Amino acid sequence: MSKHTLSVLVENKPGVLARITALFSRRGFNIDSLAVGTTEHPEISRITIVVNVEDLPLEQVTKQLNKLVNVLKIVELEPAAAVQRELVLVKVRADNESRSQIVEIVQLFRAKTVDVSPEAVTIEATGSSDKLEAMLRMLEPFGIKELVQSGTIAIGRGSRSITDRSLRALERSA
Amino acid sequence: MTEQATGAPRPQPRARSGGQQPAPVEHLTGAQSLIRSLEEVGADTVFGIPGGAILPAYDPMMDSSRVRHILVRHEQGAGHAATGYAQATGRVGVCMATSGPGATNLVTPIADAHMDSVPLVAITGQVSSKAIGTDAFQEADICGITMPITKHNFLVTDPAEIPRTIAEAFHIASTGRPGPVLVDISKDALQAQTTFSWPPTPDLPGYRPVTKPHAKQIREAARLISGSQRPVLYVGGGVLKARATAELKVLAELTGAPVVTTLMALGAFPDSHPQHLGMPGMHGTVAAVTALQKADLIVALGARFDDRVTGKLDSFAPFAKVVHADIDPAEIGKNREADVPIVGDAREVIADLVVAVQAEQAAGNTGDHSEWWQQLNRWRETYPLGYDLPEDGSLSPQQVIERIGQLAPEDTIYAAGVGQHQMWAAHFIQYDQPATWLNSGGLGTMGYAVPAALGAKAGAPDRTVWAVDGDGCFQMTNQELVTAALNNIPIKVAIINNGALGMVRQWQTLFYNQRYSNTVLHSGPDAEPAETPPQGTRCPDFVKLAEAMGCVGIRCEDPADLDAVIEKANAINDRPVVVDFIVHEDAMVWPMVAAGTSNDEVMAARGVRPDFGDSDD
Repeated sequence: MSKHTLSVLVENKPGVLARITALFSRRGFNIDSLAVGTTEHPEISRITIVVNVEDLPLEQVTKQLNKLVNVLKIVELEPAAAVQRELVLVKVRADNESRSQIVEIVQLFRAKTVDVSPEAVTIEATGSSDKLEAMLRMLEPFGIKELVQSGTIAIGRGSRSITDRSLRALERSA
Repeated sequence: MTEQATGAPRPQPRARSGGQQPAPVEHLTGAQSLIRSLEEVGADTVFGIPGGAILPAYDPMMDSSRVRHILVRHEQGAGHAATGYAQATGRVGVCMATSGPGATNLVTPIADAHMDSVPLVAITGQVSSKAIGTDAFQEADICGITMPITKHNFLVTDPAEIPRTIAEAFHIASTGRPGPVLVDISKDALQAQTTFSWPPTPDLPGYRPVTKPHAKQIREAARLISGSQRPVLYVGGGVLKARATAELKVLAELTGAPVVTTLMALGAFPDSHPQHLGMPGMHGTVAAVTALQKADLIVALGARFDDRVTGKLDSFAPFAKVVHADIDPAEIGKNREADVPIVGDAREVIADLVVAVQAEQAAGNTGDHSEWWQQLNRWRETYPLGYDLPEDGSLSPQQVIERIGQLAPEDTIYAAGVGQHQMWAAHFIQYDQPATWLNSGGLGTMGYAVPAALGAKAGAPDRTVWAVDGDGCFQMTNQELVTAALNNIPIKVAIINNGALGMVRQWQTLFYNQRYSNTVLHSGPDAEPAETPPQGTRCPDFVKLAEAMGCVGIRCEDPADLDAVIEKANAINDRPVVVDFIVHEDAMVWPMVAAGTSNDEVMAARGVRPDFGDSDD
């Protein structure tokens, strides 16, 4: 099994996310991470899906996704040729003794302290999942009170845009 | 996306009166807009039942001279009737139901059409948009429910969207790999005032049908075909849907390769053709099953390597290279890896293959298949389809079905239910024309036959339509005989009445030590074995039931009466006819590959494994 990052461009219409996630579950694929948002074009949403599958089932799920009428385009982003980021917000137990150590870790990982209270520090961090995992391991001994994590979003390196051609298709059909 | 048009004449949004001038804008209700849209898209027949949420649509329906509505007795009947209509005519079948239970009753036929790639548009009423999500009376999230069993579905709450949505639904249903599309319209959208103009502008940027196969893949396939020693053309339902039967015949005769046609493809290649080996799969002919097992090249055309065809997948056709042509790219490589994948419409693929194979042959590359045909003919002659007549002198179900096929007019359409009678109807009726065999292949829906026959006859009123049904299947949907009787749709129904759920019983005989748990239909669980006849459900009395529903009912129990009864049924054309053929319950379907085993283990009959000369292989 290996991780694959799929960028799926879809029509920005109600119910499209449900169609995609339902397809994954009924064909027996687990989604590792999922992130949805609008793009530079208001009629297109972009869904970034990270799946842990062999190449052959990946091909099958991509083909099945492509059959969904609301799906405009699917691109697999190679890790080497793409920037991948996640966001975490984590609330760590902190007192006068430990606070400075925590802040040191935050700086080490180029994260940010976004809220401080007498008993806790809330940290915002972005990065690859490896980096965030490493940071969380460092913070764990202090006591993690609450953790929230976004799905991975990813974009290809270089000047090429994967939305260009889909936009043209949209314009043609309009 | 690689969906594509199948080359057949399909209902397309068409411009009115010459097209170039902008269509006049009409002011009307959403419901009127819906009926106008159905008229424009060419829907001439709608099967359905009204109810609260869809009620506004039924008012303008009454005034339409171009759309005939056939009032069925259960929404499942509407769905299967629309499917039968579509399979018999090649046009999009249309069914209509109200919200909630009306819509959920369509679920089975929609799933059925999805599995068998039937172009179907289901229109359902929905509760008012303001009530959606409130658990309102007769509310069901039918778009959510049918998401996995439709090609696409729409929820319409804005009346202005109705014409475009209907046009898109018909386009999606009929192009590419056909399939069912559901359009759910809220009641307030049907009631509101709106405007109508035709044709609407489609907005399907993610749906881009592609028809043309890749030339390089075609050349590669032709090279394999011309170089193979033991090729087989494995033909599926896609060839019928693409109306590629004429092209297929040319390709088959050009290559000299044997042809097998799946359950969904019967009639795509004439059964009577000397190159036809029959149906492959679990109940396929020994010759067809074995040809695939021993082939060095399988050319799959509009077929999907279904588990009923392949048996145990990892031992299926172990020596074969595979050319797999399908309109749906997701089918290629799904079950069996393809050496040459071809995405394309079957008609264009086969036409291109013909040209490419001719080029190979002109270059002197012609395979020698004489040794292959010697083997094939030996299997075919040694293990033909057949049956034994019952020793007790009762009717043989296979003989009944065979005689129906022999005595019916040439272009008769047959619709089968699911089970033993379906397999016998596949084996013992000769199909030489496309679209003469309708059945539920993928989903295996018992109860399909009567409503599907109704729909086929509504679409092709000049043809004879025989439903070949079992007594189990018949009891699931026979209420549609009332629809047939009252709407002057004179279908003929043969009940192959063995008093049992025959196919399940056959498995109990073979794999469950003859413990017949809940497969007996002719008597209840408390009946003494001595009192229970080994044949024929008498409760209900199918003859009386048929008569009660406005049909002619005839019973046939004696082989001596068989031909006369069939002739009598064939002669009745003013009413539906139901013939109750009482047959023995012990007849079995052979050949058979037991579930989960290899196709190498095909049994020609009980305890008879064909001799393939494996020892000297």
